Amino acid sequence: MTAVFDPGAAAAQATDAILADTLHGTARGVVVDSPPGAGKSTLVVRAALELADAGRPLMIVAQTNAQVDDLVLRLAEKSPELPVGRLHSSDADPYDKALDDLPNVRKSAKAAELAGLSVVISTAAKWGHVKVDEPWRHAIVDEAYQMRSDSLLAVAGLFERALFVGDPGQLDPFATVGSEQWAGLSYDPSASAVTTLLAHNPDLPQHRLPVSWRLPASAAPLISDAFYPYTPFRSGTGHDDRRLAFAVPSDGSGPDRVIDEAAESGWGLLELPARHTPRTDPEAVRAVATVVRRLLDRGGAATSERSSDAAPLTADRIAVGTAHRDQAAAVRAALAELGVTEITVDTANRLQGREYDVTVVLHPLSGRPDATAFHLETGRLCVLASRHRHACIVVCRAGVSDLLDDYPSTEPVQLGTLVKFPDGWEANHAVLARLAEHRVAWRP
Amino acid sequence: MSLIATLARLEAVHTGRAQPAATVRHRHLSDRPLVFVPLTTAGEAGAPLGALVGTDRDAPHLLVVPQPRDRDLRFAFLAELADVVLPYIDTHADAVEAAERNETDPETGKRVKVEVELCADAPQLIVPSRAGVDYVRLLGRSMRFRRTADQDPETPYPAPPRVPLLGRWLTHFGERARVPGSSLLLAMTDVLSRHWATGQSTLEDQHLGALLAWIAPPEGETGAEAALRAELARDREGQLLWPPAGPATDPAFDNKLLAPAIDRYDRARTALAAAEDGLEADDRLGDLTAAEREIRALVESRTRPTWDAVWHGLDLLRSHLPEAGRHVEERWTRDRWSFTGHRDRVLAGEPPQPRRDDAVTAANKLSAREREQARLEAQEALDDPLVMAGRRLAGEAFAGEVTEVVMAYSEGKRPSPRPLVTVRTDDRPHLGERAKVFRSLGGKPQAAEFVGYEETLGKDGNDGENGPGGEDGGVLLVLRVLDKMGRGKEPEAGSVPEKGDRVCFTLFEHEQRGGAKLPEPEETPWTHGGPPGEQVPEAADPLTEEDVL
Repeated sequence: MTAVFDPGAAAAQATDAILADTLHGTARGVVVDSPPGAGKSTLVVRAALELADAGRPLMIVAQTNAQVDDLVLRLAEKSPELPVGRLHSSDADPYDKALDDLPNVRKSAKAAELAGLSVVISTAAKWGHVKVDEPWRHAIVDEAYQMRSDSLLAVAGLFERALFVGDPGQLDPFATVGSEQWAGLSYDPSASAVTTLLAHNPDLPQHRLPVSWRLPASAAPLISDAFYPYTPFRSGTGHDDRRLAFAVPSDGSGPDRVIDEAAESGWGLLELPARHTPRTDPEAVRAVATVVRRLLDRGGAATSERSSDAAPLTADRIAVGTAHRDQAAAVRAALAELGVTEITVDTANRLQGREYDVTVVLHPLSGRPDATAFHLETGRLCVLASRHRHACIVVCRAGVSDLLDDYPSTEPVQLGTLVKFPDGWEANHAVLARLAEHRVAWRP
Repeated sequence: MSLIATLARLEAVHTGRAQPAATVRHRHLSDRPLVFVPLTTAGEAGAPLGALVGTDRDAPHLLVVPQPRDRDLRFAFLAELADVVLPYIDTHADAVEAAERNETDPETGKRVKVEVELCADAPQLIVPSRAGVDYVRLLGRSMRFRRTADQDPETPYPAPPRVPLLGRWLTHFGERARVPGSSLLLAMTDVLSRHWATGQSTLEDQHLGALLAWIAPPEGETGAEAALRAELARDREGQLLWPPAGPATDPAFDNKLLAPAIDRYDRARTALAAAEDGLEADDRLGDLTAAEREIRALVESRTRPTWDAVWHGLDLLRSHLPEAGRHVEERWTRDRWSFTGHRDRVLAGEPPQPRRDDAVTAANKLSAREREQARLEAQEALDDPLVMAGRRLAGEAFAGEVTEVVMAYSEGKRPSPRPLVTVRTDDRPHLGERAKVFRSLGGKPQAAEFVGYEETLGKDGNDGENGPGGEDGGVLLVLRVLDKMGRGKEPEAGSVPEKGDRVCFTLFEHEQRGGAKLPEPEETPWTHGGPPGEQVPEAADPLTEEDVL
């Protein structure tokens, strides 16, 4: 007999081990891998508060201003008395106005003016311009897998030791120019910060968070198998904990049927006839918009472990994910024509770290004649397929699995680089195979 | 590929001719470039077979290695190459002008202006294709760690005196070619396909003959027909009429012509070595010379068409496209700085470029190149309405007419002008809430902020709050101008667009900010392996069995 898996206990045990290494360990760095929705931000906030309690000056490095502001708000919520410094750029509106209401958050564009505060937070880009005589004793680097090695190089002199937290399954950082000449070097500047860090410090303690609180029981096994085959994780909730129901019954159309399928099983594939299309495939874009319109019109209600009452499925709980910015723009325009405005429509890059009840995804390979490395990238599909708490609906042209089989990867092999497993080909097939079980043909 | 590039290619297929992708020339072309058409030996990396090189299109230097695996002959080839290339480089090294550069004063740590020399012009190397650029890099790598007898009397196979120096220069050219927008080393196919869109794939555009066939097809023939002929047409012996631009050669040429000729050369050489008296040797020397002449003729026959094609490409670029003014010159000035910098390093006796970059150098190069890439993309759009049209089509810029200007002021103690400008445009820019947009005002970027859509034209029942919904009537969008209006309460004359003005705003920035300050290499942090340690001069490449075949 195996013991019943207790997600809460498993997560707490992992967190305790991480905090013990961070606060009392001897290694200069601690790396934490966190699958989607595993409580990474909660961990960062908790580690920050414990370090601050221990009287150790702390700097936090995040990747975007939105992430920085979000962390500041979370810290202030947990510990309103904690003196926090928000280091920002000298542009107009450099930070979220909500920070102005927090009495213990000091904001400045100059690091010197924030000296002595328990915690100072900023983006990697801003930290890169900071000079200090005395390095911080501790740092937390958030979203470290999305940070490029060269930007870690610019800030690593600012701290003595650091906790690196991130999701290895999300999008790798990229460079806008070729970087093949450094491929295989341990400090390849275009690689992720964690890759470089571990190449030079292989003995650092590495932890992982074992439970996803976001992904429902229907999604966690697929995402874990397809994208994290060697570091599996579980869902924190069971199949019966979450429910999505609609007040208005289905009208029998493709969009309605796929919504019902997704509400029931957590996944839905709305399949359009096979066709090679431009990136902004008008039919697929319209299908995405129609699904969103119907999701709103049908009076959805989401029940979860968070409360006993069902929460209405409102526009802010739905997001649309695409691979390209012009696709996002086309979806936004199509939604506007249907009178829908408040929906988040963004690319995978910008949806990283976000969470919704239902997501509608335009499949990156839909309608394409070729499978390029960009469209095959595991991280892209992983981000798009792991933003939801209840259901994910994928809109796609038929024939993607044939495309995958017809076009083997042509990327040159670089000596000395770590081959990433699973590759995009494998992961795409795994996801498609699962989606095929929830296929609904497009019938407007 | 951008939408406009796809459309241009479709149009090229339709019309049978390459379509212009630019209205001005975005790369600097020297008045006296050095054209270099190298050939390599199949099956062996970095074993040159020969080359045409020179600055005079009617009188190229033909350099040939009759037995490419013989290292002495290879060194002789490289020495000859050095005798052509280095004097060409030297002619640019001496003419200098005074310039200023910001440097950190080692004593005070402050940034100070220093008077330095800047070469008035820089050399420019032109190779037929991108593979040629890689070959320049490979030749550079194979030469720069060689040792001459002067440098190391012990070395068993000393290189001719100027060969390591040539290696350092070719390495510099190859490395500089990785910087977007640089023109020290250009591949003709890259430059041509930047300015024309053909009806074939970008991979096929790597064939210089096919590319030129699309751009300037012979009378009465379409680009597609001419390109196909350039790729495939063979004579009765089965040899390509237009040999590939190299450095790789056609296998049919290797097997049927080159290999037998090299065999004859080898036999003649063995026979000469075995000659027993002077008379016999004289005879056999004649055979050897004849065999060598044959190989020279073969190499010339494969390189000359490419040589002419490169010059033809230069003619097309010079005659059809005027150089895009200030920005191209500005980028060429950076090439001149790069050239001057390397000249100074060579003069100062610094060691050759290391085999691998250290962590800090690699990161600096990457961020510099990314900055150059962004700068290049912005500058090309600003220099060229056709390039800008592509950005507008992609939703990254918009052009239109000013329909209204309302004066407004910022809040605060000293209100500054923040006029609201309404622009009517047919473009569909991807404007987010409060997105920043920029226009060029006297060569400097002026920033404005997107306020919202005023009303949507051409469609009823849409209040415009929802975004650009107009199908054909265009949209009215309101911008708040933010800067470049002077210090006074009233904006300076000409700094605010007026009603009826045509304006073009971009969503991308025109100038690039400097990147993060990286540590000095000796302060490389623990995350990146710590300091690389004392720099030791790199050892020469060790000899391998392949070196002494």
